[in-house]
Amino acid sequence: MRVLIIEDDTETAAYLKKGLAEAGHVADHAADGPQGLAMANEGVYDALIVDRMLPGLDGLSVIQNLRDARVQTPALILSALGQVSDRVRGLKAGGDDYLVKPFAFSELLARLEALIRRGANTDPVVTRLQVGDLEMDLLARVVTRDGKAIDLQPREFRLLEYLMRHAGHVVTRTMLLESVWDYHFDPQTNVIDVHISRLRAKIDKGFGAPMLHTVRGAGYSLREPA
Amino acid sequence: MSQLNLFRTSAFRLTWLYLMLFGTSVLALLGFIYWSTLAVIERQTMETVEAEARGLAEQYRQGGIERLMNAVRQRSETSKDTVFVLADRDLRPITGNLANWPAGAEERGPWLNLQVSRREPHGIVSSQVRARLYILSGGYRLLIGRDTYERARFERIIFNALTWSLAAAALLGVGGGLFLSRRMLRRVDQVSRTARQIVAGDLSLRLVKTGSDDEFDRLADSVNGMLDQIERLMTGMRLATDSMAHDLRSPLTRLRGRIELALRAPPQTASDREALIDVLAQADAALCTFDSLLKIAAAEAGTARSDFAVVDLSAVARDAGELYEPVAEEAAITLSVDVDGPAPLRGQPELLAQAVTNVLDNAVKYTPAGGRIAIRVDSGPNEVALTVTDTGPGIPAAHRSRVLERFVRLEECRSTPGAGLGLCLVAAVAKLHDGTVTLFDSAPGLGVTLTFPAAFEAAAEATPAAPWSPDIAMPRPASVGE
Repeated sequence: MRVLIIEDDTETAAYLKKGLAEAGHVADHAADGPQGLAMANEGVYDALIVDRMLPGLDGLSVIQNLRDARVQTPALILSALGQVSDRVRGLKAGGDDYLVKPFAFSELLARLEALIRRGANTDPVVTRLQVGDLEMDLLARVVTRDGKAIDLQPREFRLLEYLMRHAGHVVTRTMLLESVWDYHFDPQTNVIDVHISRLRAKIDKGFGAPMLHTVRGAGYSLREPA
Repeated sequence: MSQLNLFRTSAFRLTWLYLMLFGTSVLALLGFIYWSTLAVIERQTMETVEAEARGLAEQYRQGGIERLMNAVRQRSETSKDTVFVLADRDLRPITGNLANWPAGAEERGPWLNLQVSRREPHGIVSSQVRARLYILSGGYRLLIGRDTYERARFERIIFNALTWSLAAAALLGVGGGLFLSRRMLRRVDQVSRTARQIVAGDLSLRLVKTGSDDEFDRLADSVNGMLDQIERLMTGMRLATDSMAHDLRSPLTRLRGRIELALRAPPQTASDREALIDVLAQADAALCTFDSLLKIAAAEAGTARSDFAVVDLSAVARDAGELYEPVAEEAAITLSVDVDGPAPLRGQPELLAQAVTNVLDNAVKYTPAGGRIAIRVDSGPNEVALTVTDTGPGIPAAHRSRVLERFVRLEECRSTPGAGLGLCLVAAVAKLHDGTVTLFDSAPGLGVTLTFPAAFEAAAEATPAAPWSPDIAMPRPASVGE
């Protein structure tokens, strides 16, 4: 994947570049707003990482300009401003996700990859999800594994749905908090871990190979058993 | 504040004070006119009487008693306001226009005030006169007097003038006072209304000037100047906070990134790895504290008020309860959520959710296995309240007041970062929403109640959708969820 980093802090940019390269992505760097806008306008990138405060043209304006020019490349906004209104403004400007500095690189990577997948996924209406022998019917709201029905609470259903939509990829705790609970902050206790263990007990216990894995230091991943 | 008693306004009091002064000066003026006019009337009376006496004395000197009698008779018939009586030495009236010799007219020389009976063409009339007695040679007595009705009339006029002007002044005083007070109160109301809105977070508001350059306009000028200054300071503070957030988070991001990269690059000894993980955890802890501080500061500054929406406290409680239920179960704690019906308030959903989870987090931390945590939402007509009680060790009564004080005095939380910050954020969020935090002994254990002003009217006209939580990661089917 090709990613454009628009970030004025060279050290952060270098670190992002290095990290992305290690994860197998190609990353370019633009140090200010106008340059970033010009590069992004070429339309060759799969995703953009845009810092909010940039010299020349601020990050939100860059994204706004791109959207006005119908460049729909998914954009992840990086910002030191973490207030709700800041985030809402960022998303209104056309950003697809918002990450508050400082962030864990694993968090950024997971979100970026989710954005790219979302951009590539053009199938508009999904009514069934399947990962290995785990199946979810979104209309009937039924989950089965190996043909056996699994009884899930509404929130567990949403949790599993999110994991299945991102099957094979790392999903972080904050991604789950945001999309399943609408919580844009981290509760002190690691509550998500316990929800995951509950879910794991329901979908993995009694079945051959485990599917729901904890990725140390990063998050969780639902994978088809090898 | 229209409920403020009009009679207690300073405008009303000033008006009254002014009227008292005005009344006193009217009284003094009328008094002066009264006394000086009275003196003139008196002098006129005396001069008239004396002139008559001189004229009659002349007649007497020239023509004796006969001529005097004629003259007196003649004067009695022609003069309207003057009384005459001529009597012999035994006070038997000889001629004049009095029916009889008036009582009390024995002494010559001084001026006498007498009640007399006058003979008029249509009968006897009683009247008050100012008179003087003259004793003539031969023992004749001549009494000449002048009716004082003029003086009485004048006294009546002055008295009426006084009564009416005082009544008018009193009427004008109450009316004018009320009018002025109303006017003044209206402007004071305007000022306090604006001030309340400003206190509520809208710093861009200014007091309206009428353009008359009166004292209210001057006051508005001063207050607006002060508000400009406050706004400048607030903006400065916000800018400082924002740039501090930026300036400090960027190097922290780099620091964190470095550690992460180091951890991702494989060749490390186990102890190096341990150390790096520890450093990462420390950095995260520092960042977390920093984050909480910024959040508390932001909540205290009240800037979040601009994106207040109607939030259902019951929904917040249910969501938080649901989030913590598995954690509680794992710790063998029974967690119950008791809500009935909506409990709307105006607020910032995310901050409220965070405040509630912070309280819950503490409860879960301190409640031993086998304990209970109960979340309850009560909604009254004016207030909605969320209460979390646990069966943990609670806070000893002696200690509780200190903890409460820490809640009240947020400054202290700041100087003692760490565990307390979670609860300090709760307090800051409560304050932001015009709410209160109460700690109590739930025997055994701790009870925490968050009370907020209810917003039932606002809830009725607003949709409870949360505009702040756009689906960012994945479009979610509308039917999913409860």
